Amino acid sequence: MKMALAGQPNCGKSTIFNYVSGYKAVTSNFPGTTVKYTASKIYVDGYTCECIDLPGTYSLTSTDAAEYESRKHLMSGGIDVIINVVDASLLSRSLELTFQLMELEIPMVLCLNMVDEAHRKGIEIDLKKLSSILGIPVVETIGVKGKGLKELFSEALNIFKKARKAETIKYSRDVEEIIELMTAYLKDDLRVPKRLAAIKLLEGDETSIAMISDRDGDLSKRVTELQNILSNRHGRSSDMVISSERHSQAMNIFEQAAEVVHPPKGDIRVQVDNIVMHPYVGYVILVLVFYGFFNFVFGIGERAEGPLMGLFEFFTQRLGETMGSKTVGFLVLNGALQGIAGGIAIVLPYLVPFLIGLAFLEDVGYLPRVAFLMDSFMHRIGLHGKSVFPLILGYGCNVPAIMATRILESERDRFIVSVLASLVPCAARTTIIFGLVAFFISPNAALAIYALNIAVIALSGRILSMILPEVTPGMIMEIPVYHLPSIRSTLAKSWYRIREFIVIAWPLLIVGSVILSLMEFWGMDRFINAMLWPITYLVGLPEAVGTTLIFGVLRKELSMIMLIQALGTPHILTVMSKMQVLVFTVFVVFYIPCLATIAVLWREIGSKRALLTVLFTLILATGLALAARVLGAFIW
Amino acid sequence: MGINPRGRGNGMITTLDRIRTKKNVKVVDVIGGWGLRRHVSQLGIHPGDILTVLRHAAMGGPILIMIHGSQIAIGRGMASHISVEDAE
Repeated sequence: MKMALAGQPNCGKSTIFNYVSGYKAVTSNFPGTTVKYTASKIYVDGYTCECIDLPGTYSLTSTDAAEYESRKHLMSGGIDVIINVVDASLLSRSLELTFQLMELEIPMVLCLNMVDEAHRKGIEIDLKKLSSILGIPVVETIGVKGKGLKELFSEALNIFKKARKAETIKYSRDVEEIIELMTAYLKDDLRVPKRLAAIKLLEGDETSIAMISDRDGDLSKRVTELQNILSNRHGRSSDMVISSERHSQAMNIFEQAAEVVHPPKGDIRVQVDNIVMHPYVGYVILVLVFYGFFNFVFGIGERAEGPLMGLFEFFTQRLGETMGSKTVGFLVLNGALQGIAGGIAIVLPYLVPFLIGLAFLEDVGYLPRVAFLMDSFMHRIGLHGKSVFPLILGYGCNVPAIMATRILESERDRFIVSVLASLVPCAARTTIIFGLVAFFISPNAALAIYALNIAVIALSGRILSMILPEVTPGMIMEIPVYHLPSIRSTLAKSWYRIREFIVIAWPLLIVGSVILSLMEFWGMDRFINAMLWPITYLVGLPEAVGTTLIFGVLRKELSMIMLIQALGTPHILTVMSKMQVLVFTVFVVFYIPCLATIAVLWREIGSKRALLTVLFTLILATGLALAARVLGAFIW
Repeated sequence: MGINPRGRGNGMITTLDRIRTKKNVKVVDVIGGWGLRRHVSQLGIHPGDILTVLRHAAMGGPILIMIHGSQIAIGRGMASHISVEDAE
C-alpha cells in the first residue's frame, strides 16, 4: 500500500514523515524546503506500507518544478491513500487544495496539523462537523511533538481497508452545469477522474491541455467554448471563476466547522517582526546575524583546531621515530593519519558549529525574512527575493542549493541562480577559509573573502541577467510565523548533513592522502605539478600545490588536507607566505565546483551549460587569484 | 459572487502597491496573465477579500500583507496588478 503526504508548503509534511521514518527528509521553516519526493517503508498496526513525502503544493495546477513533482505523483494513479496535511491555523485557505485532492477520488484523511498554533490564534475547529461536511476522517496532530500521529496513520490504514473514496465538493449550479458538459465530452481512458480533468481544462491548466488535446483535435475548441461561457456569465476569466468558487466554498465550510473564539493574542512574534523586517533596522539586524554567525563558527573552530593539530603532529612524529620515515609502510600510515587528522582537526571543528547554526536559522524561520529584505537588491541583479533561498542554502552545500532552485517559477531564473549557487562557498570551502585564512592570517581577511564572494556573485548575476533579459514576474510568497525550533529536529538535521561528510568525504580524504603520499614516494606528483605549472606560476603559488587542486575537484576539503600533505608540514606559514595562503584560498573558493555539484548542475541545467559554468569558474578563479596576488604584494 | 464588483463600494479603486501601511482594503480584481492570476489566487487572495497592508520594504522592495491569518510578501510589480478599494 502506498500512502502520500500531500499539502500546501510549510504545513509540516516532512516533520510528520520524519517522525515515522527516522530523519530522512530535511525540514525547515520556509515554504518549499522539500523539492523532490522521499519514500520510506513504515509499519502501521502490523502492516508494511510505503509512505511518500511530496513537495508542498498550493494547488493541483503546478507553478514550479517542485509542485509539478507532487502533481505528477498524485495523478499517476499509483497512490492508495492520501494524507492531506493542513496547517490548522490556515484552514480556510488550505481547504482549497483539499477540494482538489478530493477530486482525485482516492481514499483520503485530513490531518489538522499545528493545532497548537491554531489555538494560539483563537481558532477552535469542530472535528466531527468538519469530517461530516467533507465526508473524510479528520485527525488533529502536532507534528513536532509527535502528537496524534499514531492515530493519523491508523486512520489512513483504516480508510484504505474500507476503500472509501473521497466525495467531491459541489460548486454552484451554473458552474456544475459547465463542468458536466465538459465531463461528457471526455473519453474514459484518462488516468485521473473525468471530473478533475474537466475542471483543470476549464481552469486553462497548460499541463492538462497538453496532456489531452494532442489526441483529440476539436477538444481544445470545445474547452475554449465552455471557458468563454463561464467567463461571460461571471464577468471574469474562467480560471478565476473556479478559484473563486473553491474559495467561497472553503470560507463557507470554515464558518460552519470552525469558530474564532478570541482575536489572536498580542503575539510577541509580531513585535519581533517589527524590528527584524523594519526598512532600516532590519538590514542592521541582517548584518549582525551573519556577523554573529561567523564569529560563532570561528570562535568554536579556532579553539579546537590548534590543540587537535598539535595532538596529531605528536602522533606523526612518534610514528616516524618507530617506523623510520623512508619506508612505504610509514608513508601509507602517515598518509592515512593526515587524512584522519584533517577531518578531525580542521574540517569538523568548523563544520559542526556551522551546520548547527544554519539549521537553527532555517528552523526558526529567519530565511523568508531575508528574502523579504533582499528582494529589492535581487531585483537590481535581475532576479527576485525567492532566489535568496538557494543562495543561502548554498553555504551549507551547493548540491541541495541547486536542487532548491526548483522553487523558482522561471526557467531562466533557475539557470542563473544555479550558476550563482555554485559560486557560494559551501561548508567545505568555509572550512578552508576558516582553517587557512582566518587561522593563519586573520578573521578579518576571511570576512573579506566572503565580502568579495558576495560582490562577485552579484556582478555575475547582473551580467547573466543582462545576457538573458527577461522581466521576472516578481515575488509572491508566504512569510511563515516564527517557530521555536525543537532541539531534536535541529540536531537531527545537522547530523543528517554532518553524516554526509563523515561517510562520503572523509573516506575520500583518507584514501586521497594515502594516494598522494605514494605518488610522492614514486615521484608521480611531479608530472601533475608540471602540467599545472602554468596556473600555479601565474598566480604565484608553490609548484607543489598543483596536485591538491586536482584532488580538490573531488571534494573541496581535499585540497586543504592535501596541501598539508604536499607541503610536508601543518605549519603552512613556514613554507608559504601569507599572500600565497590568500591566493590559494581565493583560487580554491572560486575554481571548478566539486564533482557532486557538477553532476547536479548537469542534471538541472543541462550538460552544455554545466560545462560552461565549469569553464567560467576556472577563468574567474584565475583572475581573482591574480588580483589577490597583486593585493597581497601591496599589504605584505 | 457572480457580480462584477467594479463600481460598487464607496472607495476609490487603486492598486495594492499604493496603499499605506496599516490600512485595510478589499480586493477588487487581479489584472494580469493566467500565471499571475493563478499565483495570486493560490495564496488565498481573491476578489472580495479584505486584507491589511502590514509594511513596505525599503527601496522599492516588496509589501507585506495579512490575509486570512497568513502573512504574504508581494513584490511591488505584482502588487500593481492587484486592484483594491478602501474597506474602512
